[in-house]
Amino acid sequence: MLSRVADCLYWMSRYFERADNASRVLKATYGLILNPAKFSTEERWFHAVSSLAPGVASNKVDPQHALFLLVADMEGSFSVVKCIKAARENARQVREEISSEMWEHLNRLFHDVTGIDLEPNDDAEAMRVVTLVREGSYRFNGIAAATMNHDEAWHFIQLGKYIERACNLCVMLDAYFDIGKHPDDLDWVGLLSSCAAFEAYCKACTAELRSERIANFLLLKAEFPYSVRYSVDRMYEALTGISDLSLSRRTDNVERLMGRLRSKVTYARIDEIIGGLHQYLAAIIDQCSELHAAVHELYIEYPIEVAFQN
Amino acid sequence: MLAWVGGVTMITETDTTDRSGAEALYRYELNGAYDEMFSAVDHPRKQYRPRRTSLSSIKALRSPFMGTTRARSESFLTICSPGSSRPPNGKRLSAASPAQPAPESGAGRVAAQQTAQRITALNLFLKDVYHEGKIIEDGVVPGSIVYTCKHYRREMRNVKVPRDVYITVVGTDLIRNPEGNFVVLEDNLRVPSGVSYMLTSRRVMKQIFPSLFQKCGVRPIEQYSQALLSTLRSFAPEGRPEPTVVLLTPGSYNSAYFEHTYLARQMGIELVEGRDLVVHDNIVYMRTTFGLQRVDVIYRRIDDDYLDPLVFGTGSTLGAVGLFNAYRAGNVGLANALGTGVADDKAIYAFVPKIIRYYLDQDPILENVETLLMSDRGQRDHVCQKLEEYVVKAVGESGGYGMLIGPHSSEQQRSEFRQKIYAEPRNYIAQPTINLSTAPCLVDGIIEPRHVDLRPYILYGEEITIVPGGLTRVALRKGSLVVNSSQGGGSKDTWVLQN
Repeated sequence: MLSRVADCLYWMSRYFERADNASRVLKATYGLILNPAKFSTEERWFHAVSSLAPGVASNKVDPQHALFLLVADMEGSFSVVKCIKAARENARQVREEISSEMWEHLNRLFHDVTGIDLEPNDDAEAMRVVTLVREGSYRFNGIAAATMNHDEAWHFIQLGKYIERACNLCVMLDAYFDIGKHPDDLDWVGLLSSCAAFEAYCKACTAELRSERIANFLLLKAEFPYSVRYSVDRMYEALTGISDLSLSRRTDNVERLMGRLRSKVTYARIDEIIGGLHQYLAAIIDQCSELHAAVHELYIEYPIEVAFQN
Repeated sequence: MLAWVGGVTMITETDTTDRSGAEALYRYELNGAYDEMFSAVDHPRKQYRPRRTSLSSIKALRSPFMGTTRARSESFLTICSPGSSRPPNGKRLSAASPAQPAPESGAGRVAAQQTAQRITALNLFLKDVYHEGKIIEDGVVPGSIVYTCKHYRREMRNVKVPRDVYITVVGTDLIRNPEGNFVVLEDNLRVPSGVSYMLTSRRVMKQIFPSLFQKCGVRPIEQYSQALLSTLRSFAPEGRPEPTVVLLTPGSYNSAYFEHTYLARQMGIELVEGRDLVVHDNIVYMRTTFGLQRVDVIYRRIDDDYLDPLVFGTGSTLGAVGLFNAYRAGNVGLANALGTGVADDKAIYAFVPKIIRYYLDQDPILENVETLLMSDRGQRDHVCQKLEEYVVKAVGESGGYGMLIGPHSSEQQRSEFRQKIYAEPRNYIAQPTINLSTAPCLVDGIIEPRHVDLRPYILYGEEITIVPGGLTRVALRKGSLVVNSSQGGGSKDTWVLQN
């Protein structure tokens, strides 16, 4: 497969996952702020903004504008609409590589989302975008799984999706487990819904909301699709799939980084890491970035001298 | 036996009352041009008669057409040129109606060797002007015209191209004059487009009117992609028995990108952009996730100027650095070769009959349109006095740009062109205005004549292959003579019937 094509598929998938993540968080946050609780509305938006838009001066968030900012802001690279645009733009470059059902669905979603005229104070319309993306995302993932060959292109799509998901989960956990704040039950529900995890958590751990259990579930639960552990396992599968196809390439560095990250989430115990959770999450994010860079250098933008040595 | 036949109908998306097909055709008005279907009002040409009866009701026609329009909007079949605004999808799309043509005889017949004659001669001309230049020495074509051509590539001098074939993919534009004879309007020897319209129109027609295909014995064109692939493979460097062929596109922002993806998919080859290519030691590679993979033949859909920034110095990133040297070293095949634009220059066009006689010692079978060179003082003065009678064209342009249609022009446009001609005489030619033939088109529920031309696609590899079909281009505006898709033209399926 052409390196450029692999790169576009990877980024299409990452941006789509980013939009999906934002839509989950926004839906949960919007539901939360309707209830009075220990955390103020500002603090709740602060959680959302710092989970979704790192780099934005989130301590000065105007709650009136937060929703609009996260849904429609065109400046940064984080808003829902921006991410859908970027995903569609990447898909457009490689329309022949994805199934036409995927393209049609993504294209339609793009037109639906950009067709809504958003005004800064119109929460209802902004939430309509969120809902469209929420539903569109499940459908897109289903269509992709059902209509594409699960070959190299598929593996790059999976890799992009889960590397993005692992990072997003870590950022989100970090925002909620920030030292010095003690969320109440409602906010824990907010975190779990942000990860589409509330029902699954209740099934596995009952409805008793305890911070350590929640951290354990979202970080280390191998069976839950929106956990860090699950995401890392899928990344590993995707990378193995890709390297199996390209036997001649030197994959040592990618394998090393992948193995390191995998052991970090596979053999960890929550009581060991909960004390230094912030460092632990930061390390996972760093390792994901390293892995991204290594994959990029191995498959996408390799120096040609290296290519001739192989 | 071949017969080239223009297809018939296009559609726009306006609602209409139901009229019977017969009535619609009865109202069909001829406007003085040669009409493909009728010799006079209500007198269909012989070969169309059996088909006319199939047209029972416009209503029956419309329902499948609406489906067609939708189907094609979704496949994004538009080709626009830079600078033109993209019209709403539905308006551009067109399809043939069941009032389909049958075989013709006499003037309408363009046998394979007739177009082949022209292609062969033009190819010999290209080889000559990039090597010895005998035709110039012998005074048949003036050197002042050849060497001043904007598409003449000095870099190609004495470059040996594989099997001396410069023009691999050709789309010659044919029109029918009021006497009913086919004449050549333009030779497109650089990167002719539109073949995906031909293939898609046929697919759509077959979906809508399968029974007509069974009845009429329409010759297939679906083998075009295979023919193109094997033609391209024949340009592989020696010692590469399983060559890698790629299609080089300027990218997804190009107006013909749909066609590029379509052809690449049909041929099962990689669709690459300049940034995917790397040239190392005069060998071209593409970057894949498996490492660098050698490329043997490039079907390039980008212009000469952008192929290699090192040689053509345009600073463009559409091509690949070092590509030209790899080509000159014989390590990669290019289709078409570089510098073919000199042979479809509109001033050189005037000399094509002479070129055919010079190289082949034969009389040209396909006629030319009379062409006046503005670099000739006498002709220039004559034309500038009577601009309203002529069509003036810039020699190096395509897509219907840089052109003045005298009878449809304003005094201001004419005086602008007059100045342009005097400023740069070499850059312009003039032709008498030719009333292109018309064909019935379904417009807003009424069948009306629209002007058409025909572009058959010719492939030149180990042999010359002509796919028995072509793109019939339609000027969608009533009375308009501009059929270019970049200027709002539509297209029709075109049938060649078995005799």
